[in-house]
Amino acid sequence: MKNAVLLLKDGTYFTGENFGIEGEVFGEVVFNTSMTGYQEITTDASYNGQMVCMTYPLIGNYGMNNEDSESYKTHVEGFIVKELCQHHSNFRATTSPNDYFISNKIVGIKGIDTRALTQHIRQFGSMEGVISTKCGNIETLLKKLNKYCQTKRQLVHEVTIKKPYIFEGNGKKICLLDFGVKSNIINSLTKRDCEIIVLPAFSDANTIMSYEPDGVLLSNGPGDPRDLPQVIKVVKTLVDKNVPVFGICLGHQLLSLAMGLTIYKLKFGHHGGNHAVKDLLTTKCYITCQNHNYAVSHKDIPDGITITHYNINDKTIEGFIHKEKKLLSIQYHPEASPGPTDSAYLFDDFIKMLGR
Amino acid sequence: MPLRKDIHKVLVIGSGPIIIGQAAEFDYSGTQACRALREEGIEVVLVNSNPATIMTDMETADKVYIEPITLHYVKEIIIKEKPDGILASLGGQTGLNMALELHKDGIIDKLSIELLGTSLSSIKKAEDRELFKQTMIDINENITHSAIVTTIDEGKEFAKTCEFPIIIRPAYTMGGSGGGIATNMVEYEYILGTGLTLSPISQVLVEQSVAGWKEIEYEVMRDGNDNCIIVCNMENVDPVGIHTGDSIVVAPSQTLSDIEYQMLRSASIKIIRELDIKGGCNIQFALNPESFEYVVIEVNPRVSRSSALASKATGYPIARVAAKIAIGLELDEIKNSVTGTTYACFEPSLDYIVTKVPRWPFDKFNSADKSIGTQMKATGEVMAIGRTFEESLLKAIDSLDIKLNYQLGLELFDAMTTEQLFEYISSPKDETIFAIFKLLQKGVNTDTIHDITKIDLFFLTKLKNIVDVASEIQNAGIAWLDYTLYLKAKKIGFGDSYIANLVNVPLQTILKLREKYPIHPVYKLVDTCAGEFSAVTPYYYSTYESKDDVIKDDAKKVLVIGSGPIRIGQGIEFDYCSVHSVEALREMGYESIIINNNPETVSTDFDISDKLYFDPLTKESVLDVINKEQPIGVIVQFGGQTSINLANALSLQGVKILGTSVQSIDDSENREKFLVLLNQLGIPLPEGKTAYSFEQAKAITNEIGFPVLVRPSYVLGGRAMEVVYNNKTLEEYMIMATDISKEHPVLIDRYIKGKEIEVDGICDGSNVLIPGIMEHIEKAGVHSGDSIAVYPPQTLSTKTQKLIVSYTEKLAKALKVVGLFNIQFVMDKHEKIYVIEVNPRASRTIPIMSKITGIPMVNVATKLIMGQTLAQLGYKNGLVKSKDFIAVKAPVFSFAKLNNVDTFLGPEMKSTGEVMGVAKTYKEALFKALLSSGIQMPKNGNVLVSIANQDKKDSLSTLTTLYQKGYRIMATKGTYKFLVANGIDCQVVKKSDVIKQIKNKKINFIINTPTRGKISETFGFSLRRTSIEYNIPCITSLETTAAILSVANYFILNDKPPIYSLDEYSKGAIK
Repeated sequence: MKNAVLLLKDGTYFTGENFGIEGEVFGEVVFNTSMTGYQEITTDASYNGQMVCMTYPLIGNYGMNNEDSESYKTHVEGFIVKELCQHHSNFRATTSPNDYFISNKIVGIKGIDTRALTQHIRQFGSMEGVISTKCGNIETLLKKLNKYCQTKRQLVHEVTIKKPYIFEGNGKKICLLDFGVKSNIINSLTKRDCEIIVLPAFSDANTIMSYEPDGVLLSNGPGDPRDLPQVIKVVKTLVDKNVPVFGICLGHQLLSLAMGLTIYKLKFGHHGGNHAVKDLLTTKCYITCQNHNYAVSHKDIPDGITITHYNINDKTIEGFIHKEKKLLSIQYHPEASPGPTDSAYLFDDFIKMLGR
Repeated sequence: MPLRKDIHKVLVIGSGPIIIGQAAEFDYSGTQACRALREEGIEVVLVNSNPATIMTDMETADKVYIEPITLHYVKEIIIKEKPDGILASLGGQTGLNMALELHKDGIIDKLSIELLGTSLSSIKKAEDRELFKQTMIDINENITHSAIVTTIDEGKEFAKTCEFPIIIRPAYTMGGSGGGIATNMVEYEYILGTGLTLSPISQVLVEQSVAGWKEIEYEVMRDGNDNCIIVCNMENVDPVGIHTGDSIVVAPSQTLSDIEYQMLRSASIKIIRELDIKGGCNIQFALNPESFEYVVIEVNPRVSRSSALASKATGYPIARVAAKIAIGLELDEIKNSVTGTTYACFEPSLDYIVTKVPRWPFDKFNSADKSIGTQMKATGEVMAIGRTFEESLLKAIDSLDIKLNYQLGLELFDAMTTEQLFEYISSPKDETIFAIFKLLQKGVNTDTIHDITKIDLFFLTKLKNIVDVASEIQNAGIAWLDYTLYLKAKKIGFGDSYIANLVNVPLQTILKLREKYPIHPVYKLVDTCAGEFSAVTPYYYSTYESKDDVIKDDAKKVLVIGSGPIRIGQGIEFDYCSVHSVEALREMGYESIIINNNPETVSTDFDISDKLYFDPLTKESVLDVINKEQPIGVIVQFGGQTSINLANALSLQGVKILGTSVQSIDDSENREKFLVLLNQLGIPLPEGKTAYSFEQAKAITNEIGFPVLVRPSYVLGGRAMEVVYNNKTLEEYMIMATDISKEHPVLIDRYIKGKEIEVDGICDGSNVLIPGIMEHIEKAGVHSGDSIAVYPPQTLSTKTQKLIVSYTEKLAKALKVVGLFNIQFVMDKHEKIYVIEVNPRASRTIPIMSKITGIPMVNVATKLIMGQTLAQLGYKNGLVKSKDFIAVKAPVFSFAKLNNVDTFLGPEMKSTGEVMGVAKTYKEALFKALLSSGIQMPKNGNVLVSIANQDKKDSLSTLTTLYQKGYRIMATKGTYKFLVANGIDCQVVKKSDVIKQIKNKKINFIINTPTRGKISETFGFSLRRTSIEYNIPCITSLETTAAILSVANYFILNDKPPIYSLDEYSKGAIK
């Protein structure tokens, strides 16, 4: 087995073994606490620019299949596990984990103390790192990593579709701005008989309005929402035109910025399927699937905004509505995939919000 | 909703004695619940008949009633205490059944008492097969094709509608008692009959088997605001068909994709909502391994064994949270006590894998049917945590304490051919996993094994990996056992002694290698959140990785070694002792550390000690912890034989054993040395010698004469102990015994059939405190754990008691005991007192003696161990004046769960638990104890009597009493003749008719003393087994019979002695 090393920006490194392809990859290192759903995670475009460390130590147990991907390709820059299963077992499995990572050209590192890495990130925050099978010289690698850190990637640009495409349906007409949309968001809408027009992230307001949508959905996606001022402007226009808008994850953050809320970066984000959120309107709690590094600030909440959801543990804002406008903004993932499906009702709420 | 203001006082119903299917987990959950309620300022009243628990400590609740958990007594308590609410869902099936009885009686409604947590209608919906079936149909959840039947004929009708195998599950029985899988009509009728008899409502569910599917469990919590969370899901390594209590179980599930995981998660939440459960519940599914098809197997609407496991596996305190929910709190209002900063409303994420392995009692019950199925047979379980499946499994096997030094158990099957092994694994058995290891070692592929066992290939390939690494090491030998290979061996979970065995070198060589490299385990924290938040609980497990989570400190530390899994002979009482020792250490300002591996117990709750290490109790694991923590010493005397057996090995490594020295332990356990000591002290002991061979044994018996009591030295719970009457049995015994313990010889003593007396004492090295003396009802020859014991003695003269005290003091001083000790005496008919054995450690009776005398024996002993003296603690020497009430301890058995186990009482312990009756008079206390233990003397009716020849003479007075009480006596031929000759009117029954009469319910009570010898005669054995299957009391000792008859009037006249709480007894406030 080929040696591999994971080096973090602060100089901390972990040595392990390579899986997937050999190479040298860079990205922000985050950890995910989901115990299942690794295939969904690797194919979630929100992870573009990130390398994911799975906290559960046995990954790949049920193999890889043709059904569980959240997009047409993998998006993680690198994958970090304690143990990658050699002999997977599940009736749907079509590919072994290692073959999957090879065919998707992912550089993986295994055999490292993932708990130690997780604790390090918890303590010092998420940071850039590099996985290399080419170079074990820490100083050389660190130089390369620092260089990578100075480049500014256009993360949404990299993953959004280039041309619109349409899902037929007899129900509501939804324009979906694709910042890296997960396929189960689309599935959740088609299941509700929606007609969906998936649009590139940087579509302008007129283009969107030309479809005469009943509502707009701002999808999940990678990176810092503050890097997308042109999108924020478009969202503002849509809101001004009283278009009903549903924001999910990055979409929620963009909607927040459009509504005058502020955004800050969390130390190490929320990545997992066990975060409890309280709905202030119903007082009910939900276990949610989360994947974000940024959050909406409690500071200076403009008039008209009603915070509807907050995180039970760290009290961060998880959702809001507007007193007059038809807005639904949710930080977590009602489409789950992976994670609890408890919040799927939010899609119904969205459809309801669109009116007759 | 915040805490309810209208609940001020709550009655908590405990689960009673430890039996198979209802073990220590309910002490753990009950204790946690009581504490959780009191934290909120609620007054807690507790009823539980089991004295060997932390739960029944006076400190656990405001009022503790150690009284029978029967409708009458619980009602009395309710009337006296007037609680606002009753919490029954933490007392296992016993608690739930009592709640149903109380409801049926009407008292709850009459006094407007609320059943807290899950409502009765919910309990019924989950427990009543028909209601449950309808409920599942209503919410579109599939269950297996099944029918509820109440007669054999209805059952036969159902069998026509589907194919075998068919599963039989009796309603309202715990641990699947009376259930089973039938593969043909004959088996079907038999199991159905048993099931109908054992179900209290004669209702049985018969269903088409989904054997071979994956068995998946979800632990769900729900609060009053309909918030639901999953604490944990678990996957049984053994497929559907084996009771989850008898399955190897892992947490979390391993072979489920997120889609499958969430599908069953959503179903679980749907089910808990529909059943309207408030608190915790366990849902079991069968999942087709080839599709998304699944069925709901069953729902436990209460805290269960699985929830105890889930609590320990995740760190999420289910019982505590369930108790808080019962008094109105919601999940987002309850703090996660592990992190201290987050809330109970979340789903734990694990960054390790947990494996649970059952501990079966087959080492003690050689003759038992060792097949496993839908009826649970394990008495306890172990859990281990690792970062790989292999590591957690091998650590769990190590934790079993089955003296299987060589973790894979390969030598168990050395003699078997591949064909025989295939045959062995074709039906599930206790040692299936070891047989699979052997097959893999023989090169059989995993697919073949999967086809036979249906165990998922994921697990089988992991087992193969273990076997492969073992052969890699074996091949490498010591020459090539380099750093990389050695580390690989440690990471996969191999102990050093196994590695030494594989490469064929002394253990010392491996230990040197380990120091040279060096390779040591690190300790990781169980934190409920996979490292996402910092945690405050010091709950650790060992693994071989890079970072250690233990924060170094310079506190003065003491390590207490726990007792491992619950098994016959080493039960919950040692967990009780470990917990009290830890508490005493904390009280004294020491940092207390505990190492244990039993997920069912209080001692492995993370807030009991300052640090908890959840690891095997092997020499290696314990030494690793000692190495890590550097305690000032180790306490071994509270963890039963498991920990005491470690004393010598630890001491040789330079570890300081606190309390009674290793030398003294050896002096008391080494027969030769002990003999010398007793001679010096002038204390008699039954003549006896040590034999290593049959020839030697024969020579000894020639000298001292038959009968003799034979046993291997260093045993647990009288394992392999027998009364032997002739050379033939002696020879058989010696052949068997040499296998039992190669290092230790067999002890042969003259068997004195006399009264047995037991003393628990505390000694500071020079002074001895004796809280009390207990006298046994059954004569010596019946294991003390299986005897009814009485405090204070009722028949011993003052002179005898003085002599016992004097012997006790002499012995303790001579052995320089520091801490607890237990001595068993026997008194012959001339009132001569002999010492049978001395145990320089805590005994089974410590919890009872502590509770009834009010002397916190373990607390005192721990303080003495740490250097204080009895005088400093304010205790005088000698025997403490007896209390003015009587306590009787009675054993409880689990024979219904164990086929082919003979039930007669003998020197080998057979009981799984115990109860206590306390009252003003001896008879009242005895009656309560019998009632709690489940022995019901019928008010009238037919008593079958079959007495062995050697007992006939002794039986006359007892049987005369029986006759005078108005029972109709039926007797087998010999007994009939004897009785008629002695003027007792009775009816003769042919031996061949007896079984039929029992089945036809013509017999209400049985007295049967077995003919001597280990091999049970066919008739007596089948009589005793049939009585168990048809739930008819069968008493095998004349002394027990006499005791029961002495209180028969309570049963006949329905007279019930009054109840008192423990503190009322101790204050003398009783009438």
